[in-house]
Amino acid sequence: MKVTVLQFPGTNCEYDTVHAFKELGAETEILWHKAESIPEDTNLLVVAGGFSYGDYLRSGAIARFSPVMKAVTEYANNGGKVLGICNGFQVLTEAGLLPGALKRNEHLHFLSKHHHLKVISNDNVFLEKLDNGDVVNIPIAHHDGNYFIDADGLKELEENNQILLKYTDADGQISNPNGSVNSIAGVCNKAKNVFGLMPHPERAMESILGSDDGVKMLQGFLNA
Amino acid sequence: MKAIVNISLKAGVLDSQGKAVHHALDSLHFEGVEDVRVGKQIVLKLNETDKEKAMAEVTKMCEEILANTVIEDYEIELV
Repeated sequence: MKVTVLQFPGTNCEYDTVHAFKELGAETEILWHKAESIPEDTNLLVVAGGFSYGDYLRSGAIARFSPVMKAVTEYANNGGKVLGICNGFQVLTEAGLLPGALKRNEHLHFLSKHHHLKVISNDNVFLEKLDNGDVVNIPIAHHDGNYFIDADGLKELEENNQILLKYTDADGQISNPNGSVNSIAGVCNKAKNVFGLMPHPERAMESILGSDDGVKMLQGFLNA
Repeated sequence: MKAIVNISLKAGVLDSQGKAVHHALDSLHFEGVEDVRVGKQIVLKLNETDKEKAMAEVTKMCEEILANTVIEDYEIELV
């Protein structure tokens, strides 16, 4: 199992992501954004969190035009598995690989704290280790995490089970920290090989650091 | 020629920054304000001298990168 993690100027979660997947027994590689191809043995491509290109213009907007993104799009269109975490989610929506867009948080604050998430659809490789309705405790750290999609798009997400996770409290009741449409924290594409979420499962790998719920989330990819 | 591009959130997309500014204006007793929308302006200096060609080119720029048309509208003014 080989996990390739993308690195743009301003990415800052690539080492946490590599650490998390190494702990799970995967082989890892960090791929600089100037690369024009994805290593052939890649089983999972992760677009890691951070502030690519300083979030200039819009979060993820400039990274989208990095040389490597052409290869990422090709990889995704050929069925390769792609996971975008936080800024990676923003990059994938900007690139059109995931539906919707991420806006400034409703109350304009940068949010950095643990938050509960409820699993909405587990019929995909990412969340198959969890049950629908399970609640996990995962850190969030973002300024632009307010997910937006229009009414037609939302209907399509619901019909195809593309909503992965929603923000809730510990009991699974909706608790929306950032104004996201329907409290959405993560979505996937229609083909269910491209995934994006604002929370950071790679930061929830050890209970001594607050939560190890990220383990069961990231493990889903390892057997795939 | 210069192109002035004004980008703002689409009508119907909640503008949190606009709301915050509106709230601040209220607290300063500027009471006649009905709504506030915050956007951004991008000014491009172009070599192109043909207005039609410039408009087509800048429209393409807006669609491809300057605006995210999922949530934003843009207006182009050539001067």
